[in-house]
Amino acid sequence: MSYHVDQNGYYGRFGGAFIPEMMYPNVDGLRNRYLEIIESEEFRKEYTDLLRDYVGRPSPLYYSNRLSEQYGAQIYLKREDLNHTGSHKINNTVGQILLAKRLGKKRIIAETGAGQHGVATATVCAREGLQCIVYMGALDVSRQAPNVEKMKMLGAEVRPVYSGNQTLKDATNEAIRDWINNPEDTHYIIGSVVGPHPYPDMVARFQAVISEEMRQQLKEKTGSELPNAVIACVGGGSNAAGAFYHFLDDEEVKLIAVEAAGKGVDTDESAATTALGKTGVLHGSKSLLMQTEDGQVIEPYSISAGLDYPGIGPMHANLYETGRAKFMSVTDEETLEAAYNLTEKEGIIPALESAHALAALEKLKFGPDEVVVVNISGRGDKDMETYLKHFRAKQ
Amino acid sequence: MENRINQLFKEKPNNILSVYFTAGFPQLNETEEIIVELEKSGADLIEIGIPFSDPVADGPTIQKSSDKALKNGMSIKLLFEQLKDIRQKVKLPLVLMGYFNNVLQYGVEDFCRKANEIGIDGIILPDLPLEVYENEYRPFFEQNNLRNIFLITPQTSEARIRKIDDLSNGFIYMVSSSSTTGAKSNVTEQQEAYFKRIQEMNLKNPRLVGFGISNNTTFVNSCRYSHGAIVGSAFIKALSEEGSISQNVKKFIDLIHSSEENN
Repeated sequence: MSYHVDQNGYYGRFGGAFIPEMMYPNVDGLRNRYLEIIESEEFRKEYTDLLRDYVGRPSPLYYSNRLSEQYGAQIYLKREDLNHTGSHKINNTVGQILLAKRLGKKRIIAETGAGQHGVATATVCAREGLQCIVYMGALDVSRQAPNVEKMKMLGAEVRPVYSGNQTLKDATNEAIRDWINNPEDTHYIIGSVVGPHPYPDMVARFQAVISEEMRQQLKEKTGSELPNAVIACVGGGSNAAGAFYHFLDDEEVKLIAVEAAGKGVDTDESAATTALGKTGVLHGSKSLLMQTEDGQVIEPYSISAGLDYPGIGPMHANLYETGRAKFMSVTDEETLEAAYNLTEKEGIIPALESAHALAALEKLKFGPDEVVVVNISGRGDKDMETYLKHFRAKQ
Repeated sequence: MENRINQLFKEKPNNILSVYFTAGFPQLNETEEIIVELEKSGADLIEIGIPFSDPVADGPTIQKSSDKALKNGMSIKLLFEQLKDIRQKVKLPLVLMGYFNNVLQYGVEDFCRKANEIGIDGIILPDLPLEVYENEYRPFFEQNNLRNIFLITPQTSEARIRKIDDLSNGFIYMVSSSSTTGAKSNVTEQQEAYFKRIQEMNLKNPRLVGFGISNNTTFVNSCRYSHGAIVGSAFIKALSEEGSISQNVKKFIDLIHSSEENN
């Protein structure tokens, strides 16, 4: 079975390009050219050089003594938090800006939830001298103030979105509207493995550097390229797509995707799509989606602004349905505990998103020799306010 | 029975006025009244919008009306219920317009069957790609005598327009400029060139111009190069004004039809 995209943009029965005609020329132009461009030698060289010298790759694969001891397994942390701008998001934006340049685009738009993708996009636009507009839900603008300031300092225009619940889903709608209204000079840098084909595949390819490095680093450290398990959090699913990518066809590697249960999957405040969603079409692709019986999209909730998206990418929907990846969810509480635990044991403050992946360790059982990689997708600077608030409440 | 869309274009080849409104807006139970008043006031075709929580092709006016309609409690099921006797009251062609996810949840086949039962003539689903329609859903539309209406924009390639023309059997929805609904309000020279270019393609299907038609001038200009035009956002605004549905509808249709009001 293939877990990769087919030529029509589908992963099993998920994917496609469900877009209004107004978006067709842009999406079609991208679909026709992305592979030829990103596989060209010249592109690969520029991309790889930038990942090394600008982003700071390879990101370390760190053996955590104390987590290994705590959970009785060989636990490695893939340190995407050490990337320039503080998360895995930069891998994709570096790739897409190089692509946009080759497509002759002059204006860049993006959506952002927690702000990590917005900062990463603003960063690469600054470097290329391209105009950058970032759509962000008005609620997220107020709860992610430091990232908003960073984007502004980097020269981006941050446009607060007041429609809907004023979060990531609404920011995405508004970015799509912008693209519809500016079909010629604009490239839309989508930040996750969502959206119409070719976005899920394109973003996964740019993030695949994570698992490519994992294989090399595991070989050096353990003698085998293959771990027993890879754990990553999933909102839209870009860091998980990257962490899983080069292991998809190695069925002996367990892939574990961790969703945000929020206050619990049995409450109204959750973002656990595989537990609560069903097949639907949003933002241009068919995937699993949290929605009412009538097909209206349900607003998700998570303590982590980067995970409160009502769907998952089509690649993940297929991994879930085929059973290739195991999906589970952890609550806000469990996430905070896991974040404090890593901070205390290893001196690493993870992003709230990444702390979801760590929290899964509590619920899984591994043998003492089993090698487990947890993808630390980003650092926790942006979440300090949330951490401190809960830390104080705890004491 | 012949599809009313085809009949309309046969009987009235020019200056067709199609009006869009969102079902369940301004009030939940005004759908039928708005349709009846539109026919009385001189509209030629009606597009009934099914509200969606995430209408990406729509500008702020229609977004807000969808939001309000959903808060009022509108759904496809309820809309079908409200429309069940509509054919006893109006004759003009009725088109349902919405986003694909709502239809997918209802069930595409059931949706088409029910629409036909009620007397709906056409469907517009802007985010249902033509390839997916062709490969998966076309028989459901055809078995139920429903015309699937496709959109074209100034950026749509000639080859794709030809393909859309081949697959269509009602009319082609010609989006006046690359934009979301209600975004632009003048017909520019560039748009006129686009309208002309399409006119010269001699398509087998008639064309209605939509997006940015808000008054008599834009209506008349659009009709010069097409079979008629569609108004949406401007009508939604008119419905939001003080006054009864019948007054607001009449006033609006008169405004579109009369050049004096606009000068």
